[in-house]
Amino acid sequence: MKILICVSKVPDTNIKIVVGDNKKAIDSKGIKFVLNPNDEFAIEEGLQLKEKFGGDITVVTVGDESAKDILRTALSMGCNNAIIVKSSTDIDSIQVAENLASVVKSINPDLVLMGRQSIDFDSQQIPSLTAELLDLPSVSVVSKLSIDGTKILAERDIEGGKEIVSSNLPCIISFQKSINQPRYPKLPDIMKAKKKTIEEINSLDCAPSVEIVEISLPDKKRIGKIVGDSDAEISEIVKLLHEDAKVI
Amino acid sequence: MGKILVILEKNKNSLKRVSFELITAAINLSKANGSKVAGLYFGNAEGIPSLVSEYGLEEVININNSNLDNYSSTGYAKAIAQVATSESADIILFPANAMGSELAPRVAVKLNAGYIADSTKLEFVNNELIITKPIYAGMAISTNKILKVIKIISLRPKAFTAQKSNSSVNTVVKEFNTDINPSDLKVKVIETKVSEGKLDLTEADVVVAGGRGLKSADNFSMLEELASLLGGTVGASRAVTDEGWRPASEQIGQTGKTVSPSLYISIAISGAIQHVSGMNTSKVILSINKDKDAPIFKISDYGIVGDLFQVLPKFTEKVKTLKD
Repeated sequence: MKILICVSKVPDTNIKIVVGDNKKAIDSKGIKFVLNPNDEFAIEEGLQLKEKFGGDITVVTVGDESAKDILRTALSMGCNNAIIVKSSTDIDSIQVAENLASVVKSINPDLVLMGRQSIDFDSQQIPSLTAELLDLPSVSVVSKLSIDGTKILAERDIEGGKEIVSSNLPCIISFQKSINQPRYPKLPDIMKAKKKTIEEINSLDCAPSVEIVEISLPDKKRIGKIVGDSDAEISEIVKLLHEDAKVI
Repeated sequence: MGKILVILEKNKNSLKRVSFELITAAINLSKANGSKVAGLYFGNAEGIPSLVSEYGLEEVININNSNLDNYSSTGYAKAIAQVATSESADIILFPANAMGSELAPRVAVKLNAGYIADSTKLEFVNNELIITKPIYAGMAISTNKILKVIKIISLRPKAFTAQKSNSSVNTVVKEFNTDINPSDLKVKVIETKVSEGKLDLTEADVVVAGGRGLKSADNFSMLEELASLLGGTVGASRAVTDEGWRPASEQIGQTGKTVSPSLYISIAISGAIQHVSGMNTSKVILSINKDKDAPIFKISDYGIVGDLFQVLPKFTEKVKTLKD
């Protein structure tokens, strides 16, 4: 089975966001970038499928030189090959999807796996965009997957329950947390991954479809009324929720 | 003059709450730019026109095609794109939920549209549609514009308020015939398992969420009691679902669900950013935590510093008295 896994580089969650001077992006100075946590589930699922069915895994990202680090993380976990589509970091989702679609076309995998969403923009759109560009089926936010020949059954979360979806390979699937427990790479594999060649491809020249007007810090002011645990104080909070906030 | 198309989602014989939020958002936009608004829904549901008329929606388009009885992202996307083209829609609103988040990108590609996901605010500024969306786990806010003629936006459930109109309107129903056939259903739902009677987290008005400090699965009955008293539902931190005290579907935060209820009550949750990102657009936040320095208090409107096992029963009792 030939598997392609698409990954992205995101800022570590525990950073403090500082808006850049142009107000179009965050200030990336001193920020630690990591492999998108949701992508780890896609990599783990790919590795388990490879262990079961054989084959090989290519991991791809669209980004600048620094995105090679996350490809090495994926290689150290057990992916076989890595590709970087070299691009600036300010391209929009459709541009990313067009580049991924072009890689899918050239590799022709049986399965394309992704994380549910990247934790920077949380848009959950790349799997469906890429699939539509390629006229392929896709299933998003999958928590259980079974493959029998070219038939797949995927369970995904919906509001208040689950749905079971059937489709055929080739297919694009995005995963969420409950699918598996991603493995930690072993030190020798981390060392080996550092020496692997990462294939470089130039990005396609395609037009943006959206534009960031401005990035700012949230201005939501919270009331911040923090009290102790006395009976009177608890009563006061109940009263405030009822009379001021009008939420109970 | 353009048209705003709103993708409505059925819930048994009614619509999901988010559908009404979308209708109000669309009508507010139409007041600003003079567009007409139409809703679109799949399948048979006789009650829908009268339901949406209460919210001032004057037109609904119904697609009734036996190939689309079950949800299929490829089939639905094709049908929606056909409707959008025939109606000359230039703004299409989807819910940012399980279905909408799959469909909106596909429709965007089909119509050569631009798409912004999970918006929390829409407004016209100098005749240009400005779309606000939280980014970086809600630690920043972005405003965006779409450069294409056709603009597709998904709206975060509960971030927009559904508003009934003052006078009921007469809703016209238009049947739309699509040529969707089985070969369009490249992916298809074959079974749906919905937990009966359980209010979904993303649609709940009140969420009562517990953290590791609850100490056991059993203690969540206290949260259940408060939630049912307030007409809400229970959520959990990652630590809790990892422990297996609550199902993974109740996890709120970065690797779980994003909620935006009118009232979010956090109980024994410290407030790590991974959790906060899933709830920081809640309208009012109350936190109960025994650590006065817990980060959750920094993003709370109201806080009670104390042991939940002491505070929560008292709090619930007082709410009960109030309700009586």
